[in-house]
Amino acid sequence: MATPLHPLSPARPWRARIAIAGLAGTLIILLLPLGAGFLGTVLPAFGILPAIGTGEVGLTPWRDLAASPGFATSLRLTLVTGLASTALAFALTVGFFASHRQLLGGRLAEALLAPLLASPHSAIAVGLAFLLAPSGWLARLVSPWPSGWTVPPDLVTIHDPWGIALTIGLVVKETPFLVLVTLAALNQVDAPSILRTGAALGYRRRSAWLKLVLPLIYPQIRLPIYIVLAFSLSVVDMALVLGPGNPPTLAVAAVRWFNAPDVTRYPMAAAAALLVLVVVMAAIGFWRVVEMGLARAGRRWIATGRRWHPAIELGEVLATGVFAALALGIAALASMVVWSFAWRWPFPHRLPVEWTVALWTQQASSLTGPLINTIGLALATTAMSLAVAIAAFEILENHSFALPAVVRAAALPLLLPQVAFQFGAQVLLVGLHLDGDLIGVCWLQMAFVLPYVLLALADPWRALDGRYARSAAALGASQVRILLAIKLPILLRPLLIAGAIGFAVSVAQYLPTLFAGGGRIATLTTEAVTRSSGGDRRVVGLLVTLQAALPMLIYGAALVIPKVLYANRRGMAGAA
Amino acid sequence: MRRHWLAAALVVLGSSLPARADEPWRDTLAKARGQTVYWNAWGGDERTNAFITWVGGEVRARYGITVQDVKLSDTAEAVTRIIAEKTAGRDKDGSVDLVWINGPNFLAMKQQDLLHPPFAGRLPSMRFVDTINKPSTMVDFTLPTEGMESPWRMAQFVFNYDSARIADVPRSMQGLAAWASKHPGRFTHPDVQDFLGVTFLKQALVELAPEPALLQRPATDATFAAATEPLWAWYDGLKPHLWHGGTDFPASGPAERALLNDGEIDLSVSFDPAEAAGSIEAGLLPATVRTSALQNGSIGNTSFVAIPFNAPHPEAAMVVADFLLEPSTQAHAQDIRVLGSFTVLDLAKLSPEQRQIFTALPTNPALPTNAELGPVLLEPHPSWMTRITEEWRRRYTH
Amino acid sequence: MRPGLVLKSVTIAVDGRVLMENLDLAIAPGEVVTLMGQSGSGKSTLVNYIGGHLDRGFRASGSVHLGGRNITAMPAAERRVGLLFQDDLLFPHLSVLENLLFGLAASVRGRVARRELAVGELARAGLSGFEDRDPATLSGGQRARVALLRTLLARPDALLLDEPFGKLDPGLRSVFRTVVFDQTRQQGIPVLLVTHDGADAEAAGGRVVTLA
Repeated sequence: MATPLHPLSPARPWRARIAIAGLAGTLIILLLPLGAGFLGTVLPAFGILPAIGTGEVGLTPWRDLAASPGFATSLRLTLVTGLASTALAFALTVGFFASHRQLLGGRLAEALLAPLLASPHSAIAVGLAFLLAPSGWLARLVSPWPSGWTVPPDLVTIHDPWGIALTIGLVVKETPFLVLVTLAALNQVDAPSILRTGAALGYRRRSAWLKLVLPLIYPQIRLPIYIVLAFSLSVVDMALVLGPGNPPTLAVAAVRWFNAPDVTRYPMAAAAALLVLVVVMAAIGFWRVVEMGLARAGRRWIATGRRWHPAIELGEVLATGVFAALALGIAALASMVVWSFAWRWPFPHRLPVEWTVALWTQQASSLTGPLINTIGLALATTAMSLAVAIAAFEILENHSFALPAVVRAAALPLLLPQVAFQFGAQVLLVGLHLDGDLIGVCWLQMAFVLPYVLLALADPWRALDGRYARSAAALGASQVRILLAIKLPILLRPLLIAGAIGFAVSVAQYLPTLFAGGGRIATLTTEAVTRSSGGDRRVVGLLVTLQAALPMLIYGAALVIPKVLYANRRGMAGAA
Repeated sequence: MRRHWLAAALVVLGSSLPARADEPWRDTLAKARGQTVYWNAWGGDERTNAFITWVGGEVRARYGITVQDVKLSDTAEAVTRIIAEKTAGRDKDGSVDLVWINGPNFLAMKQQDLLHPPFAGRLPSMRFVDTINKPSTMVDFTLPTEGMESPWRMAQFVFNYDSARIADVPRSMQGLAAWASKHPGRFTHPDVQDFLGVTFLKQALVELAPEPALLQRPATDATFAAATEPLWAWYDGLKPHLWHGGTDFPASGPAERALLNDGEIDLSVSFDPAEAAGSIEAGLLPATVRTSALQNGSIGNTSFVAIPFNAPHPEAAMVVADFLLEPSTQAHAQDIRVLGSFTVLDLAKLSPEQRQIFTALPTNPALPTNAELGPVLLEPHPSWMTRITEEWRRRYTH
Repeated sequence: MRPGLVLKSVTIAVDGRVLMENLDLAIAPGEVVTLMGQSGSGKSTLVNYIGGHLDRGFRASGSVHLGGRNITAMPAAERRVGLLFQDDLLFPHLSVLENLLFGLAASVRGRVARRELAVGELARAGLSGFEDRDPATLSGGQRARVALLRTLLARPDALLLDEPFGKLDPGLRSVFRTVVFDQTRQQGIPVLLVTHDGADAEAAGGRVVTLA
């Protein structure tokens, strides 16, 4: 070669360096509470917590934990509910897509999925608790006729020692999420022609879907499945409302010990929180191994050329399970709306015997603060997350970094149990005088809102035809102008949807808000969980209604705004 | 009783010791004006939440103080937070000004030096408090309050039952076991993690212990084993007949009240003799619910408010604590349409006009009279409570 | 004659594979040079290199000069190199007129003046009354004309055409070709045309460079 080749360097290298440094710095700041929080959990778990004077370093907290009553049950309960609910939600999703050509005709699906996706876990849990209780809505529907129950039966339905109610709750909440991510993954492969090809070779829909489509899309839904798994193993709010109490799951036990009057339980609480982390990592590893085993078995099954297998007919049952889960979730939310307008609603009446709007008027003043906090926090974290996400994608794209790798790294906080960070994060915020401050809550929430926004935006961003930007640049438009005038407007719909997801995630945050807020920042979710331990289901119903309605309004707006703005732009109808 | 007199004396003595103790009350009032009080309180009861909101409105109008109600799902959350603050070296400008507290949380805060120096003796309305017939206003679970917390409401253990469904209400804990075996699945108690759940066990302990006087001293391994043996025998007999076969328990008192409301149980426990009357008014219980006291008396205690060592606005917190003791506030709280909580004051110490407010309060068939309630039995030392919770967990958690 | 688009000894490689070596090419103002070659021979890579759109993975040496300026290290937006693809890439969220105004050089000032100029050009292209139309409702030929118009309104010093006629019907194709080459000749713009189609090269009438 005549002249040495040189890599193409950006036109303004110093600008690029500043941008990348800025981005890295921002991400580090956002993740700082997690790092500090982790340290604040690891140290006490090995006996290092000067404030209460237990300076003895060692494994005592772990020994205390192992010796605590019901520890083995707690551990087993955690593993069984977490793994079973994730496996079930995944099986339902697969059965559903393998069996149905179309998801109830797109629009209806959106309408059914949206409330469940938008509602916080705690809201659905509280609703399900009423639905499934022996004196709950389902029992009332069959009482006194035909069940013959004039008083509620003495059956253990919720808080059952096997964690079945908790598992149902997790399935109801996580199945819509997996359905949504599978839909998104399906958009990236041409499933209909693959299935047509399969059909031409004599494979019926379910076999063809399992053998041809699932292997194609699984890599894209693997991360969401791990997120669901990690979440299910470490959930606190839902486990408080639906799970057993004696003993509870590990995460609930950890929070209980953190909050016990007897402060010497701290190290044990920290050990339990750390154990939750270990359990999550082990479960993800276990899932990966099973995944590989199934993939190998699946490949052998494909090679046999068999067109049918009896187990495939299970698909119909599983598909029905999806509808059952959706119906349960919607009924749970609906029951809470009814409660918010009830004055007296005794068993076995199917509807309230005395109605009132008094709760709404009485609670209006005391709920204004939490409502404003909720909206303010959600808007702030969502706006910041969108800004960071846009800046990140723009910088990474302009410097040709691998977007997927970065997004996957940013999703890490979602794979880690929140309970493992809370105490340490609280100490960090207290040290910085940011506890009980909206800024502190925002900061901690960002670590969980940002990953979802990044994940939601990554695919549409990548899918945007890069030649639009090139065309614009060829027309003399600067980077900033291309971003503001071309990319963002074309991506308006996915941006708004990512924003709506971020909003919903922020509204749902329980532990980060509780710990960083120092209890002083009340949101709809902290109020709902706090009051769900109280006896007034009417007030809880009102809170749940607001909790679910708020993200849904935003989600609705995210769907409607682009339609109105681009009513006259056919090319934007399904853009990106 | 001598111990309680001693405690009362300590309060008076103690109150003259701290640095700011000689500050005239009007100076405190002046400093308090414009301050914000973060009042941390268990938020599981709507009526209490509404009462705190009302207090906020009153002290803003009268003293220019803003009250922020911080609702806790467990009082220990506030203790945890104060410890986190101490860990981070935050010795002033803490996040809590006033906390509703008693018993073990008070003990924990006292032992960890998390409390403001004695202040109760300085509150002008403290002079109305009934320290003789209501000794628990000065001795919190056998611990002298030493002026580090100020009383605001009385509590006593009672049964609530639905008179539309049952008539044979038990009048003792022994009677309860018999009743439960006749009506399996129709009674339960809150989780022992909850104060009412463990109070239920303490009530049985006080009734069943061979030597009740021992309970006033810290428990040792030996005294605990001896004193609780009849308790566990009794509980082993009761447990299979509990709601859900005793496999799970409502999380709190209000959660148990909801079970009574839903008809899942016929009989519930309460630590507030006016709860049934107030809940009927609020639509939270059927109108047929009644309250029943125990024939040989029952455990009673007092709810307090305390100020943490690092409270940013101790003056305003004191003014709020004093406001809670004012006769008109106490009468408002005793109104069954509001809280219905029995007053901590001695009506004999009030002026006729002040007494008149109390006697004019509305009543309800579900509201027991003081005579019906019977004698108040003293709370055991907090160590008994902690040990009972642990022992219960050890025995019944698998 | 002022210098047009000049490539001096351009070498481009990716992943260790050399796509072209020491390529020298000069295109005079108003001249159309056709670049042909098999798929993967680096035609589009060269277009991206000249336009400043090449991804990071590529390594290159040599230089690009336009109107006497060395534009090798400039950002794409400052090169004044227009670009037309096979797809028209009209911005879907903007109306036809807004697309043109986005392209129109900022040196034309005044809201009214800019609008009049764009509307006038639209009319000359036989698209009067199309200002407020949604680009998605236009026919392929109309969209191609709008895209060309948008590119020329930016007043480029050079034009790169990456298979711009590929998606048009055969009849439309020859008409549109004529329009493009008439315009660029008139305005004295050097044009590099990338194509598979021999007919395109013939219509361009200029030199043909073939990449191996």
